Amino acid sequence: MKNIVIIGGGIAGVETACALAEGGNHVTIIERDDKLGGKLNQWYCLFPDFKKSTQVLDYIKNRIKNFDIELKLKSTVEKVEPNGDGYFIHTGNVRYAADAVVLAVGYDLFDATRKEELGYKIYDNVFTQADIEAKFRSGDLNTTFGKAPERIAIVHCVGSRDEKCHNMYCSKVCCVTGVKQAIEIAKFLPKTEIFCFYMDLRMYDKHFEELYRSAQEHHNIQFIRGRVSEVSATPDQRLSIKTEDTLSGRPMKMKLDMIILLAGMEAKKNTRQVARLFDVETEESGFLRSQDFHLGAGILSRKGIFAAGACISPMSIKETIENARSTAMQVNQYLKTL
Amino acid sequence: MFSDYFYYPFLIGTIFLFVVVIGRFVKWFMGLSKIDKIRVRIGLFSMKTLQSVWESVREGLLHHNIFKTNKMLGYMHMSLAFGWFLLIVVGHIETSCYHGSMFFPFQHSIFFRYYVTEPTDFPGHAFFNYAMEILLFFVLSGVMLAYFKRFRSKTFGMKRTTRMRYGDRIGLTALWLIFPVRFLCETFTAGVYHNGSPIFNGIGDAFASVGDLNPWLNPLWLTYSVVLGVFFVAMPFTRYMHIPAEINLIFLRNWGVTLKERRVNTFTLAEVYSCSRCGICIDACQLNLAGIKNSQSVYVLKNIRNKNLTDEVLFNCLLCGKCQEACPVGIDVNKLRITQRIETTKQYNSSYDYLKTGKTRQADIVYFAGCMTHLTPSIKQSMLKILDHAGENYWFMDENKAPCCGRPLMLAGQYDAAQKLIDTNTKMILESGAKRLLVNCPICYKVFKEDYQLPGVEVLHHSEYILDLVKQGRLDVNPSDLRAVYHDPCELGRGSHIYEQPRELLNTALTLVPMAREREKALCCGGSLANTKISMAERDVLAGKAMEEFATYAPDLVVTSCPLCKKTFAKVDSLPVKDLAEVVAGAVERKV
Repeated sequence: MKNIVIIGGGIAGVETACALAEGGNHVTIIERDDKLGGKLNQWYCLFPDFKKSTQVLDYIKNRIKNFDIELKLKSTVEKVEPNGDGYFIHTGNVRYAADAVVLAVGYDLFDATRKEELGYKIYDNVFTQADIEAKFRSGDLNTTFGKAPERIAIVHCVGSRDEKCHNMYCSKVCCVTGVKQAIEIAKFLPKTEIFCFYMDLRMYDKHFEELYRSAQEHHNIQFIRGRVSEVSATPDQRLSIKTEDTLSGRPMKMKLDMIILLAGMEAKKNTRQVARLFDVETEESGFLRSQDFHLGAGILSRKGIFAAGACISPMSIKETIENARSTAMQVNQYLKTL
Repeated sequence: MFSDYFYYPFLIGTIFLFVVVIGRFVKWFMGLSKIDKIRVRIGLFSMKTLQSVWESVREGLLHHNIFKTNKMLGYMHMSLAFGWFLLIVVGHIETSCYHGSMFFPFQHSIFFRYYVTEPTDFPGHAFFNYAMEILLFFVLSGVMLAYFKRFRSKTFGMKRTTRMRYGDRIGLTALWLIFPVRFLCETFTAGVYHNGSPIFNGIGDAFASVGDLNPWLNPLWLTYSVVLGVFFVAMPFTRYMHIPAEINLIFLRNWGVTLKERRVNTFTLAEVYSCSRCGICIDACQLNLAGIKNSQSVYVLKNIRNKNLTDEVLFNCLLCGKCQEACPVGIDVNKLRITQRIETTKQYNSSYDYLKTGKTRQADIVYFAGCMTHLTPSIKQSMLKILDHAGENYWFMDENKAPCCGRPLMLAGQYDAAQKLIDTNTKMILESGAKRLLVNCPICYKVFKEDYQLPGVEVLHHSEYILDLVKQGRLDVNPSDLRAVYHDPCELGRGSHIYEQPRELLNTALTLVPMAREREKALCCGGSLANTKISMAERDVLAGKAMEEFATYAPDLVVTSCPLCKKTFAKVDSLPVKDLAEVVAGAVERKV
């Protein structure tokens, strides 16, 4: 029986762990938090089918019960030592021997305060999509002043595809998240006007385009092509944005009650540290560098170290689960060569 | 006999040099604006002329400013310039004493040892012999350093030295040869006639012991005359033109001639030709860090002179002013660049219909936040909090809609467009009846101070304004035990010479940690609007390096007083960055 250590107990980590345990390996998950599920715990429902995130979480929790997977919660990796073909992983006072390691450390949401001009944490009623998911879960979509918002702007590409934030890449899931949230709000508050400000909409996966179409046809959500340049507060406690409608070529100002910033996905702040610890390469963006884009997304630059999930690149829940399974297969193939 | 005419190359060179240099000075003077010509006429008979004479000695001969930056480089320039000057002056006095008269063929003083070979005993003969030889050694020491610098610039503590053109190589070679050849002429002559001091006679004897020196004398003196002649002919076309041009510049500058009209005139040339290409500006430039190596001031000046300046070079500059601060000649590089930009930029026929004067409001003080502050709303909020706290009757001029201050257009060379914005803003400010204009952006501050005509309106940077409030007791600042470093914004520090007010103000709220490179030597954040060619990645390098340097002082936060610096540094995401308005607003809040 081979020993495998998984770093991170989010969706990617747990799914990889289960797939490997299924093949008869002894698997340990080291998770920094006190529970499994990672960022998904903060979400309310998922695109494109509005599946409750708890359903995915339940699947994960039920699946892990079938296997004898060792959980090491509230722990982080302190030291990594080579051990023959494998490694010793030190955490707390414990040392785990591992024939293979899977990094599934996940991502960080872009810190929207870094785009100060958008007023996050400066003005009331400027939220990120994560804040809105929390609002969905609590069932309260009112503004901080306790009123139902009459007009909401959803701002796409905050911290993605933005040279000024060092993030050149597309986080790809925010477009459809914005559309999903717009529809949820429209269902909840039918009288509210909702505007999405986008550069271009990347509806890349199955059912996404239909969702976008439905947002316009059935929910009266308006899409304006233009980046929001600045947000300010008005004397009557509302918000004002400056932007340009680039299709009509006109600068515009708009008064609003709420702004939702679709913050992009970034490599975790400590991904580089983790990469150094395990001596694997990262990309300029901070995400882990796959050995081959087409053939080995989960294989990293060092023998026996693998990756799964959004620490490789931004991905949706569906893609994360697929990617976790694919990485598990690559780990199994590797273990056979030992 | 050819030897009688051996000094002709020197003579021709000298005449040529004088004609060209005087011709250029006249051309430059004629090309000045009317006002500048009047300034010269008034200045000519004032103390400023005497002052210029002293400055010419200090900078043209002693090179005091280069000494301040780099001792070795200073000595090199001084030994060459001052040494050579003394050789000419002392040589002339020596010849006068020999002839017992002020009037003698002038080649006698230049080639004294060639002409005076017989034993003589004019007054001070021995002294002059020693003096002239020691002076020659002094100059030679500078020449040796110059050889050394060319091949090993690092010895001088300089990371880089200037690249040369073909013509410069001819001038440089001639200059490098002049004094070694003179040394050989005089020692060989002394070896034959013993007409030097015991030093040169001794060296001459040593040479004589190897072979007969007599056949060498005429060719050597001719060579000396030729290298002098070549150097003088080459001088106006090489960087050595800086020698006369710098003196000319010192006088013009002291008489009050500037580039203020923001239009290219011949004063530009007077400045361009004064550049000695010493290379001090290259090391002062932060763009090196980002691998940008062709747009430093010395290259721009060279390109203007050679008429091959490209926009790629002209606009790849932060206009941070670090090189200007370091320039030993005091060339006003920033203004020069802006003038060139105005000259080369196409004035776009953009529409300014939107510049209808908006509503004005009567107030005591006008607050103009500016574009960058609107992009850093926490600074804006802090400013409004402070204004409210002080109970000021203010008008927030660009709260909803107002033109830009005009400085970014100015920096991009769009002078006419900038003027349109300036006119609109001026009208609005004057209509408000306010006596003070408050800005918290140094970019706005500089243009309001320098390019606006706002009679009766005092332009205040928020560091000055808030400090006043504190001093008047209108604002109570609650001190904290935070440690901070203060970053001088280029436009406020080197651009407007405001260094002390922000520090005095910040000291009331927290503890400021002094840094090695601050005030005039402060780093640029890299975010400057003036550079339209630099890439975002290159900007990030500059900001990152500066933040690394701040971090070595282990501060709790970095404080600056420019919204653009704040925004640029905040991106680095290593230390918290705040504007001083935020620091003060935070400290005021705690007490209330």
